[in-house]
Amino acid sequence: MTATRAPVRPKAARVGRGGQRLAAWAFLLPALAYIVLFFGYPLVNNVSMSLREYSVRSFYTGEAPFVGLDNYVAVLGDPLFGTAVLNTAVFTVASIFFQFTIGLALAVFFNDRFPLSGLLRSLLLLPWLLPLVVSGAVWRWMLDQDHGVINAALRAVGLADGPTPWLTDPGWALPAVIIVNIWIGIPFNLVILHGGLRAIPSTLYEAAELDGASAWQRFRHVTWPLLRPVTAVVLMLGLVYTIKVFDVIMVVTGGGPANATQTLTTWAYQLSFDGDFAFGQGAAVGNLLVLVATVFGLLYLRSARASMREEQR
Amino acid sequence: MTRYLRTAAGIAVVIVLLFPLYWMVNASLQPAGSLLKPNPDWLPVDGTLDGYRSALSTQGGHLMASLAVAAGTVVVSLAIAMPAAYALAQLRIRGVQAFVFALLIVQMVPGPVMANSLYTLFSEFSLIDSYLGLVLADSTATIPFAVLVLRAFMLSIPRELPEAARVDGAGYWRVFASIVVPISRNAMVTAGLFSFLFAWADFLFAVTLTTGRGIEPITVGIYRFIGNQSADWNAVLATAVMASIPAAVLLVIAQRYVVAGVTGGALKD
Repeated sequence: MTATRAPVRPKAARVGRGGQRLAAWAFLLPALAYIVLFFGYPLVNNVSMSLREYSVRSFYTGEAPFVGLDNYVAVLGDPLFGTAVLNTAVFTVASIFFQFTIGLALAVFFNDRFPLSGLLRSLLLLPWLLPLVVSGAVWRWMLDQDHGVINAALRAVGLADGPTPWLTDPGWALPAVIIVNIWIGIPFNLVILHGGLRAIPSTLYEAAELDGASAWQRFRHVTWPLLRPVTAVVLMLGLVYTIKVFDVIMVVTGGGPANATQTLTTWAYQLSFDGDFAFGQGAAVGNLLVLVATVFGLLYLRSARASMREEQR
Repeated sequence: MTRYLRTAAGIAVVIVLLFPLYWMVNASLQPAGSLLKPNPDWLPVDGTLDGYRSALSTQGGHLMASLAVAAGTVVVSLAIAMPAAYALAQLRIRGVQAFVFALLIVQMVPGPVMANSLYTLFSEFSLIDSYLGLVLADSTATIPFAVLVLRAFMLSIPRELPEAARVDGAGYWRVFASIVVPISRNAMVTAGLFSFLFAWADFLFAVTLTTGRGIEPITVGIYRFIGNQSADWNAVLATAVMASIPAAVLLVIAQRYVVAGVTGGALKD
């Protein structure tokens, strides 16, 4: 029986595999075409734009003379460049540090089951699901110098005697947008870290408890090491997302006052669209951002690759 | 007993963290004048719906525009992402890893870069100020995410199922349409939900790819509303409340899918 079938089977299998490959590409084609058109083209086009003198007139005349690296030289030489880089770094590091620590504390807190824990935890997701423009608008109102509830509350509890000019003073504006961004990012950290905590076998905690470990020791020697892979993913994703935050800053401060909250993202936008219409320079800043995001993106992939290999098995 | 203490502490945490949302609702119900008092009213005692009336009359059209764009984005995203996820999860082809990596990387491209280039692309094809343009632009964020979430789910469909159908003579399309799609319903809800929320909340594409002379989504409506010198805060915040409704509704009726989406998009590669 095997003797008569043996020569046929490989051939049939080969045809089947070929057909499957064809079918697979057919199913993949729309997505492939979309990615090439809406990611491939923009990325290439952005590089080309950054090497040209692109202005409003270019859209009508179709002429955008090649200027080499002039846009990059102009951008790097702009005094705003240093400001934007510094603001981006401070904004990103401070946001992530507090989002993560508060998110982790809450995840640990909600990890023990108690009445209503699930409901309360899912309610905390709400700030993350709201449109960023909505959150920005609400905070802008809360941080208002004269009529905002934050200043009213600080006054009521005696923490401040005069109103704090959160959004109008260059020294306060960056801390203000960071506070808003921390608030927005807590739920994401909470949910992912909570998922990671749930995956830690409870027997480990029981064993640690039997050995007389305190709550802190259980966290330090069981939770923290076992949560490390999830921690890496949360931090890398947080980094990649936070570096390019746009909506929050635009709505709360618009990059002001006096560029105190200008980051690379808002600056790239303003160069291109807000008054200047220096699309070439906007593209140059954008490409610098792509470069930075790619570096962190690759780091993220490295930390995520382990879990991907698991999945392939 | 300590369990109830935990509940009390948990409620306190929720009250503190959700206070901004309470404050938004509270302010949206206050008469415009009382918002300017030095000491704010903590409860909307003299509540009025004036803010909502004014919000609806000036922002109602923007809400409809956002609804149309978000619905369109869900349709386009799922139509493109479903077959791709099926191919990547169930059919054996080379280059799957490379494609998945590409999807992860493109999600990291900063928005202004996309907006910059799409603006020039769209102005050439007169897609500025169009629903189609916004749907296609918003899909840049939703399609990679949807493919990843759907693929992660489809990897868990036992291969015997589609293979049995193949043996019975069903073509790949048939297997996809009558087996894979129905089984993947929950993952489709998750991907669709996030596509909707993203497109509804999108601000960058909405503000760069519209001029204000045609359609204008609600996020831009709120932004320009605030930029307006005489910002009428109770109407602004009433608009903000209305713009929050989809998120709130989805959280209540589809909480399970929301959590699946947050974790699925981040961790399942």
